[in-house]
Amino acid sequence: MSSHDVVITGIGLVSSLGEGPDAHWQKLTQPGFQPVLETERFAPYTIHPLPEIDWNLQIAKRGDQRQMETWQRLGTYAAGLALDDAGIKGNDELSTTMDMVVAAGGGERDEAVDAAILAASESRNDRDVLLNEKLTTELRPTLFLAQLSNLLAGNISIVHKVTGSSRTFMGEEGAGVSAVETAAARIRSGQSTHVLVGGAFQTEHSDMLLGYELAGYLHRGPWKPVWQRQGSEGGGVVTGSGGAFLVLEQREHAESRGRRIYAELGPIVSGRARRRLGELDSEIVALLKQAGLPAGELLTISGASGAHAATTAEKAALDANPALAVRGFSTLTGHMKEAQFPFAVALAAMAIDRKAGYPAFDASAEKPFDEAPKAVLATAIGYHQFEGMGLIKAA
Amino acid sequence: MAKFKDHMGRPVVAVTGIGVVTSLGVGKTDNWAALTSGKSGIHPITRFPVDHLNTRISGMVDFLPSSLKGASHLTYELAETAAREAISEAALDSGDFGGPLFLASPPVELDWADRFSLYNSDKKDGGAERLLRVARGLKELDIFETTQFGSIADRLADRFGTRGLPITLSTACASGATAIQLGVEAIRRGECDKALSIGADGSATAEALIRFSLLSALSTHNDIPEKASKPFSKDRDGFVLAEGSGALVLESLEAALARGATILGIMSGCGEKADDFHRTRSKPDASPAIAAVRAALVDAGMSEDEIEYVNAHGTSTPENDKMEHLSLSTVFGERISSMPVSSNKSMIGHTLSAAGAVEAAFSLMTMRESVIPPTINYDNPDPAIVLDVVPNKKRNAEVGTVLSNSFGFGGQNTCLVMAREPV
Repeated sequence: MSSHDVVITGIGLVSSLGEGPDAHWQKLTQPGFQPVLETERFAPYTIHPLPEIDWNLQIAKRGDQRQMETWQRLGTYAAGLALDDAGIKGNDELSTTMDMVVAAGGGERDEAVDAAILAASESRNDRDVLLNEKLTTELRPTLFLAQLSNLLAGNISIVHKVTGSSRTFMGEEGAGVSAVETAAARIRSGQSTHVLVGGAFQTEHSDMLLGYELAGYLHRGPWKPVWQRQGSEGGGVVTGSGGAFLVLEQREHAESRGRRIYAELGPIVSGRARRRLGELDSEIVALLKQAGLPAGELLTISGASGAHAATTAEKAALDANPALAVRGFSTLTGHMKEAQFPFAVALAAMAIDRKAGYPAFDASAEKPFDEAPKAVLATAIGYHQFEGMGLIKAA
Repeated sequence: MAKFKDHMGRPVVAVTGIGVVTSLGVGKTDNWAALTSGKSGIHPITRFPVDHLNTRISGMVDFLPSSLKGASHLTYELAETAAREAISEAALDSGDFGGPLFLASPPVELDWADRFSLYNSDKKDGGAERLLRVARGLKELDIFETTQFGSIADRLADRFGTRGLPITLSTACASGATAIQLGVEAIRRGECDKALSIGADGSATAEALIRFSLLSALSTHNDIPEKASKPFSKDRDGFVLAEGSGALVLESLEAALARGATILGIMSGCGEKADDFHRTRSKPDASPAIAAVRAALVDAGMSEDEIEYVNAHGTSTPENDKMEHLSLSTVFGERISSMPVSSNKSMIGHTLSAAGAVEAAFSLMTMRESVIPPTINYDNPDPAIVLDVVPNKKRNAEVGTVLSNSFGFGGQNTCLVMAREPV
């Protein structure tokens, strides 16, 4: 134990299961809990939709809400939950010295404008002129800001006053891994005392599905748990809307202000397998070695997406270690892209804090785990590229 | 002998390779010749029709093989070209770099050309349903990869043999500086001996131009394109959208000297501060920009008296230049009116995600060449902004230290302090 250890003092979660650690714990520990699914709106795709959210609870000004689309609102909201949970929200001294690393994709485009342009393109050959004509007259000026990747962080600064520093990492699950890894490295080296880190994903928009489906990654047909989608129609990924933010803090800093500590962050490791060369299997095995797994049974919160190749590789590597009791949470939340790794870390920290594991989310593929976990592994093997995992330990 | 540790006991970070591409050309030689002769790279837009557009000029890079292939391909080629130059100058293995990659690049979206071609490939249904149905039938990953935020860095990592999971980042117009800061920090923490930091932006599409236009951010002085970008002038009316790339090879001074590398400069300090005032406007008292400058000085262990030249953010928007002047005059006091402060953007426009890296490259060259590039188009000074902008003509001057500013939408403020020689 060292004063520069990285501990988790705040968790903000939103998914189809609800909001906050308590709601998630309650549902995820109900044996046989059935996921919340939306099967009609985006058929043939199933998604896990956002729950009802009262944005006012975390974004007090209507003017601020209007400047954002759902993705930024969701991230700003989840960030607010984490800051509240850590006792930082509203504390000027702590907010203005807090660093921030956000994992982000892009925001929502105007679907109506795009659809109108595409429809008109069927009868026009001068499509570039058509584009100028429509975009100059029909785009809402401020929509650009709702789309910019770094404006989730920008909105968190404006709404929650987090202004120590602000960085946005991009790149699907890997961005979430790097965000946590970089934040932890800053704290360990004494560069930061407390860092807000996390991301959000809003899947209820056709472009967000298109981002997967341009490579045929989405599962079609009846819903199945994340480990059961091989051989089904489509690519295996079922997406979900959600967000996960963590307050990471230097142990000494957290203790000096008397905060509750959920768990400590152990090694966070990341990699980039050259998957075309068949390196994914060996990369996951190498990461498992670097993560410093303790002896004995180990609860493993897997961020597996369901994407056939990546999920097969991850399952094989995890199954090869009989000590690992795996829980694939995408079965219940769907895949949340940039938020996937922060979400996995949050679930791991909650299990440590509550001294209990999660029941199998899919009893046919996941074995029982009945201990009080002292350490939990969290993984995020990207559906297309980039890999990461981290060991979360009792503080 | 040079000290290998800085004032805080961290490894000193040296620059051993520099690469750059802007609308002025490929590589340091061409860029420097143009920049120091006060030449502008701003020209009429030819990449797409300009019907209905209020702004019809830009600093696009139109001379690369990927210039017409879309934002993702062009951004990759810009990054690859600058990084190749930097790694070659550093005399490192261009296929096995062996350190981490930090890439500042624009957020990606499906290009309209691809959107149109997917949509018009059949007529079975309509709207988003048709796009999704056609998309899942694609046999190639080419279009998919242009929509993945990590793909450009993934390709660069393959190309140069960088180590580990590459980080792609966006801090809007401060991105290039943030990429450098991340590299500096990784070396200082002892995670690596060297890092490759790149800022690249090839995203000057019609839609990008229209979006900035709708926010009234762009100059509409279309008639004489090379005169449109006029930082610190009274009649400045917005920035000029541009493309480019800058790449730096960063190394711990100790490792660089041990392998006999030429030291091109020192990254002495990085500072940042977020602004919570507004999505596009800075706090009226410029306090976040002031804090970022001061944080960079503290990080470098320098007092304000030790900065000899400022490579300004200087976008040529009414708002930025006023705020930047306020922040500089607050930090440097009366000395600011006699300190050289110039804006490369007067010649190359605003290269957005690349700007911080491009301008760090030019800052380092300013010190090495003992020549300060001018702020061109300074014919009508803003009386409210009293600065020595190195007006219109280059100036020969010994420059030992530079402050380079980068400020962006979303309250992003990042400043870099560089030095010619190790202490």
